Amino acid sequence: MPSLNHYLVLSAILFAIGTAGVFVRRNLITILLSIEIMLNAVNLTFVAFGRALGSAEGQIIVFFVITVAAAEAAVGLAIIIALFRHHESLNPDTFTLLKW
Amino acid sequence: MTPLLAAQIVLTLFVFVMLLNSAAVMVYFERKVAAVLQQRMGPYLVGPKGVLQPLADIVKLLFKEELRPAAADRILFVLAPMISATAAFAAFAVVPFGASTTFFGLLDEPMRLQVADVNVAVLVIFAISSMSVYGIVLAGWSSNSKYSLLGGLRSSAQMISYELSYGLALAGVILVANSMSLARIVDQQAGAFYGIPRWFVFLQPIGFLIYMTAGIAETNRAPFDFPEAEQELVAGYHTEYSSMKFSMFFLAEYINMVTVSAVATDLYLGGWHGPFLPESLGWIWFLLKVTAILFFYIWMRWTLPRYRYDQLMAFGWKVLLPASVINLIVTAAGVLYFGV
Amino acid sequence: MLFYLFATAAVVTSLLVIAQRNPIYSVLLLIASFGALSGLYVLLDAPFVAVIQIIVYAGAIMVLFLFVVMLLNPPAEAIEAHRLFGRRPMIVGSLLAVLLAIELVWALTAAGGESGAFPGASVSSVAEIGRLLFTDYAFQFEVTSILILVAMVAAVMLAGRRSTQEPREASADATIARRGE
Repeated sequence: MPSLNHYLVLSAILFAIGTAGVFVRRNLITILLSIEIMLNAVNLTFVAFGRALGSAEGQIIVFFVITVAAAEAAVGLAIIIALFRHHESLNPDTFTLLKW
Repeated sequence: MTPLLAAQIVLTLFVFVMLLNSAAVMVYFERKVAAVLQQRMGPYLVGPKGVLQPLADIVKLLFKEELRPAAADRILFVLAPMISATAAFAAFAVVPFGASTTFFGLLDEPMRLQVADVNVAVLVIFAISSMSVYGIVLAGWSSNSKYSLLGGLRSSAQMISYELSYGLALAGVILVANSMSLARIVDQQAGAFYGIPRWFVFLQPIGFLIYMTAGIAETNRAPFDFPEAEQELVAGYHTEYSSMKFSMFFLAEYINMVTVSAVATDLYLGGWHGPFLPESLGWIWFLLKVTAILFFYIWMRWTLPRYRYDQLMAFGWKVLLPASVINLIVTAAGVLYFGV
Repeated sequence: MLFYLFATAAVVTSLLVIAQRNPIYSVLLLIASFGALSGLYVLLDAPFVAVIQIIVYAGAIMVLFLFVVMLLNPPAEAIEAHRLFGRRPMIVGSLLAVLLAIELVWALTAAGGESGAFPGASVSSVAEIGRLLFTDYAFQFEVTSILILVAMVAAVMLAGRRSTQEPREASADATIARRGE
């Protein structure tokens, strides 16, 4: 019978997987996907707590998080397209112009 | 194995088999209706009046050679028709098609003729139809060919554009019915008001037109079938497919048509309610109404010329979406004022 | 039982997302992960959020990702850069992620979370969510709509073509020509 702790542990693991993706991968799109994994882990935490406390506010916040994630994905992908046009590459290591 | 569980399993299998049969019947129906509209005879050689033509088609499709282009992505090439077909069948799981029956007293309490009675059924249908975009876009991409990619991208852009108007038309019905459960929406359309049945199409005429238009665009049928037009793009996203995989797409298209018609019947045309017949035979009325809408679909295909792609997108965003938003606002004002 | 099924599916598909070379497979696996999470939301008595997750996240945002990956069609060297899994970043990164996981699990479960089943009351009706959205959270709701408008304008501005760059036909032809080989 899953309890609150089960859901919290699961979302902690998912968040860590997303973070690992951001650290390890060298492809801009996969980095954005890992950020989406992290946002989903947070959503799961909200819904689990909302259920545990018996209020609908957890679901309301998830509603807003999903919307913000959509907006952020759109802008992030637009930036990736603009970057790709300049360098023909999706590897973040090639964007070193501002490095000193 | 309680009787209820057995009845549910039988119902699920029944719905699955009936959907397959309906696709076969649709093949024949479409060709005959097209023939009548074009003043010629349709299939007439195979079986009396050509009734066995779908069987001949199925046998032909089964015996064709299974091709896979060498440069095609292996996993995605096979996955795409599976996604299309699965989404098409899955959407029918929440559509009720008959009143509650006890199957001649076999069950203790009446069971609704619906595979799954979810109380957000309308949203579930919307969700599954947005999954069917993936079958098309992956088919276009994995075939590794110019025509397929163009067809796939155009088709999926068209589908997600018309999904907005589709959803807003659904929102209008949800406002009037005050529930998202398809079963409850149909229940509210029972009875008549001085001879006129209380169907929602009379309360939401513009919504019905928007829903049908968006539904035709969602299922990639004429006049919105630019992405699979033979004259333009060879065959669009299913150019490189043959035999069983092609028949999966074919099947998915017909079953999507049936699902859109069935949902339109449930939401706007009163579902299984009708005069003269008792409630338990309501599924006959349901069949008649769905057949009428499917006839309308086929009639549209063989009468109207095709929209060009930019005209199609302009129509979806600049005409249909504002119309559905205004429909929603007027409906909300009406519900507030009349207190329905 | 269902919880373990969905939880394992979510974790396995998320791990595969960050381990795939081909970004299209990553996107598809992430969609599968969203499906598993949607199942978990249903188990948590939140059917509305579950369906919204499928419609918005898996049905729209991921289609956007898929379109971008297909249209950019990065050449093979970009997908399989030879330092994709260079030794040091992978080891250090994974180690840090594992540390983060341990720390989060400790922080979340040591704060007095009960380990019994969920308490009885739950609010799952869409009517209640709608009521809250339009009364208590109305301001946030309106601000979110402005946020989406801003994001739309920003995306069109950033990704759109400037007049000094190459015309539309040339780059679209380039993508399609590369695909057909």
